[in-house]
Amino acid sequence: MSTNKIRVLVAKLGLDGHDRGAKVVSRILRDAGMEVIYTGLYKTPTQVVNAAIQEDVDVIGVSLLSGSHVPLFRELCKCLRDHKAEHIFVVAGGVIPEQDYEPLRECGVDVIIPQEARADLIVTTITELVEARGRI
Amino acid sequence: MKLFSDAAIADLRKQQTQWEQNELAAALKGRAEERTDYQTECGIPLKRVYTAADVADIPADELGFPGAYPFVRGVYPTMYRGRPWTIRQVAGFGNPEATNRRYKYMIETGQTGLSTDFDLPTLLGFDSDDPMAFGEVGRVGVAIDTIEDIERLFDGIDLEKISVSLTINPSAWVIYAMFISVAEQRGCDLTRLAGTLQADPLKEYVAQKEWIYPVRQAVRLLRDMIVYSTRVTPKINPISLSGYHLSDVGGNAIQEIAFIMAFTIAYCEEVIAAGMDIDDFAPRLSFFFISHQDFFEQICKFRAARRVYAKVMSERFKAKKPESMRLRVHVQTAAMSLTKVEYHNNLMRTAIQALGAVLGGCQSMHTNGLDEAFAIPTEEAMKLAIRTQQIIRDEINVTSVVDPLGGSYFVERLTWDMEQEIWKVLDEVDQLGGAVKLVEEGWFQQKLADSAYAIFKKIDSGEKISVGVNRYVDENARALDAEIHPYDEQCTQLQIDRLNAVRAKRDTALVQRLLKELKEQARSSDVNLLPKTIELAKARATLGEICGALREVWGAYEEPMIV
Amino acid sequence: MISVARFDQAKRPTYVASLELVPEVLAGSRLAIARMISRAEGNYAEASAALAEIYKHTGKAHIIGITGVPGAGKSTLVASLIKALTLEGHKVGVVAVDPSSPFSGGAILGDRVRMNDAAEANQAFVRSMATRGHLGGLAPSTLQAVDVLDAAGYSPIIIETVGVGQDEVEIVTAAHTVVVLSAPGLGDDIQAIKAGILEIADIHVVSKADKPEAAATVAAIKGMLALGSGTSHSTWSSPVLAVSSVSGEHMESLQTTLRNHWKHLQDSGEFAARERNNCRTRIFNMARHLFQQQFDAGANDLEQHLQAVVRRESDPRTAANVLLGWNQER
Repeated sequence: MSTNKIRVLVAKLGLDGHDRGAKVVSRILRDAGMEVIYTGLYKTPTQVVNAAIQEDVDVIGVSLLSGSHVPLFRELCKCLRDHKAEHIFVVAGGVIPEQDYEPLRECGVDVIIPQEARADLIVTTITELVEARGRI
Repeated sequence: MKLFSDAAIADLRKQQTQWEQNELAAALKGRAEERTDYQTECGIPLKRVYTAADVADIPADELGFPGAYPFVRGVYPTMYRGRPWTIRQVAGFGNPEATNRRYKYMIETGQTGLSTDFDLPTLLGFDSDDPMAFGEVGRVGVAIDTIEDIERLFDGIDLEKISVSLTINPSAWVIYAMFISVAEQRGCDLTRLAGTLQADPLKEYVAQKEWIYPVRQAVRLLRDMIVYSTRVTPKINPISLSGYHLSDVGGNAIQEIAFIMAFTIAYCEEVIAAGMDIDDFAPRLSFFFISHQDFFEQICKFRAARRVYAKVMSERFKAKKPESMRLRVHVQTAAMSLTKVEYHNNLMRTAIQALGAVLGGCQSMHTNGLDEAFAIPTEEAMKLAIRTQQIIRDEINVTSVVDPLGGSYFVERLTWDMEQEIWKVLDEVDQLGGAVKLVEEGWFQQKLADSAYAIFKKIDSGEKISVGVNRYVDENARALDAEIHPYDEQCTQLQIDRLNAVRAKRDTALVQRLLKELKEQARSSDVNLLPKTIELAKARATLGEICGALREVWGAYEEPMIV
Repeated sequence: MISVARFDQAKRPTYVASLELVPEVLAGSRLAIARMISRAEGNYAEASAALAEIYKHTGKAHIIGITGVPGAGKSTLVASLIKALTLEGHKVGVVAVDPSSPFSGGAILGDRVRMNDAAEANQAFVRSMATRGHLGGLAPSTLQAVDVLDAAGYSPIIIETVGVGQDEVEIVTAAHTVVVLSAPGLGDDIQAIKAGILEIADIHVVSKADKPEAAATVAAIKGMLALGSGTSHSTWSSPVLAVSSVSGEHMESLQTTLRNHWKHLQDSGEFAARERNNCRTRIFNMARHLFQQQFDAGANDLEQHLQAVVRRESDPRTAANVLLGWNQER
């Protein structure tokens, strides 16, 4: 019988210090029965990918409010590909204007969750992603 | 002294009982109230109606007069009759000349003070060509690498005439050094420079989360700056104690004021330990609070904060000068109250919050752009924000009477209740060993994270209403974007080119020698690091070099794991 | 209307059989190691043969258990040790155990906040694990995770535990060297409660040596050890070290002591005894775990049997027998 839990790395990339959302989301996911690893602030894409691989997470969730999401996600997704870790989903949150959705899709981001999203939307989105992929 | 006689209060209570039994009972019988429980955002219970009986136990001298102890009614006797608050919209993006152009536009629009936002690499002490600066240069503020960038930033702006606020924190002492060096080179009288540095390190560790060094070293840098600025630039406020950010990470109104007062106490103790008299520097302590959604709570918050501060200064630190006891505050409306959905509603939100700040007696204000939930504000959004303040100031006649809500039974009671809650927190901080220790241990951080989660759950359950988001939702409304302030993709390369040019033409041996001397000085906690930093700024050392030198000596801060 | 933007990125690999992953684990592939640990943790039936295969390649690593009350600074110490040990050229494994929420079954794990250095990342493998409701000490999968890292060539392997009291005693039976961490300035009452875990230490470490109260804590622990019951079967006498993770002070002395203890185990013959002990505990542990699993499998019928027991139509032993799928005679 498999009892695996969904594992999520909640990460802060770059120099953005806004961690309120990342911490709230961490608690939401924990309260939905997921296992969450929080990286703390000021992480580089390489550090995040390293942690994600070692922790064998299903999802990397990154919240960014500094406006630098496009270059940072581009770097993160490239780093995932370089490490052959493309099975890990990349979920973006924070302040992301819709005009940047297409560039982020091109980078390899899987989902963008808007800042106003309610807890159940966040939880179902992640659950559906992982369930659709199946266990690996 | 009592405001009301015991007999009058007793009589009033009797009348109230009658009213409750007659009119009120009948009304409740006809229609129940919408909720069973009414309270402010921070959880203080609210009564249906307030009377003189509710303020009978508050001594009359707790109110006093504007411009006099305990300053609850305002810090100046004439308030906005004498001088309206300063319209101080913060701006900063891209290269220094881009921000400089925005400043000139805002001055033309009627802004009366300048305020600078810096980009993240500048805040965190990295040069624009540092790998850690990847993707961040000029993004959320202006990029500054050397003194030449400060020259460009204030090009054509008379620094003796207009006051300049600098939203800079861990690297504040470097920016200050560059700023006064530029002023000096222009031949300004340094004693006439007016402005404010944010430079509030403890709130960084608990809220804004931009840090470089361990906590105690950051407090030491602040001490050096307060001591130096008091002597050399007496009209500059070397610190703006920033409750705004505590609220930004989920703190309630009580936490905002109480935590900031705890930090104030810690800083004063540090500067006094360096040999200064409280009355020498306290008049230049300044504050930065939020004006949030709960209208009356926020007004009472400003009033309570002033009274608490006056008492802390007078009773705890034995300040003598009235200027040491008056809490001057810059206010910003609540960015986190703004929504992307139906973003035009943000204009209304901001206007109401701004009115609250004025009724609460602020000294200067930033009103958020309606597009703040998307990106940094466009020129048009900034204009609307400035107009909002001008309408409040010039059209609706709320500035003619000082503290117009003073004496309201409700406002005085709530002010008093909030003050008591603030004292409780301050007592707890004292008992647990003081603010610096508690910041290191993550005590404040945990309280704020808990509060943030509680607020989220309230929004999630619909208990806290956000119009257009969880109430009156227009299912057909698309989250159409506002026009977004464009990011200049050339910005990073330009900064890097300039850095290379500066490094090529300066006397690098001199810079290296000065950096070595700075590191030596940093090993002792008794030396003031400002004079050496000013030498470095003039020698065209980069911000990253100066901050990096001290990183080598002091190490980097490591955050406690608090989620 | 608030909705997410979901892009269908085509890129997902399919399931690779666990036995096929074994050679990759042994070759040190970090993706394979990570996935194998997840399968152990998730109790995949399909993975048990692979884990058995992996077990054959274990027994090389020096396993170090680190425990201490919350706030003692375990994560900081582990981060400093990773830095120091990787600098010496070791491939360091870390398994950090944190409790699952009893309400949701979820967890916020580990403390990667301090694991910053990219250079270290290639030399160290850090894995956070939740207790997932496992009662009493280490979950079986914690030790399977250690096996995977051991087989992949990591040594030393550090197990960092939650630090909440008696459960920690189980570390002794999993590790070769047990480090108990204490923070300076703890009150007398806390020290007394901790006495139970103080006695399991091969090495005592007092953190935050830069604080003035550290010397007093060192003295207090030495005093308590002197009063000890003397039940230890070892000729090793547990040293008390003060370290500062902030300044890096005395980190080398901790490294030396770890090495000395490892050597002591080999030279004194205590290593064999410890290994035997460890393996015995692992068998018991696994048996208990399988038993629990079997019970859980029948637990769907729990309510029905519960009602029968309440109505006195059945009795607790009969109900337990049936739920376990055993016949009445047992």
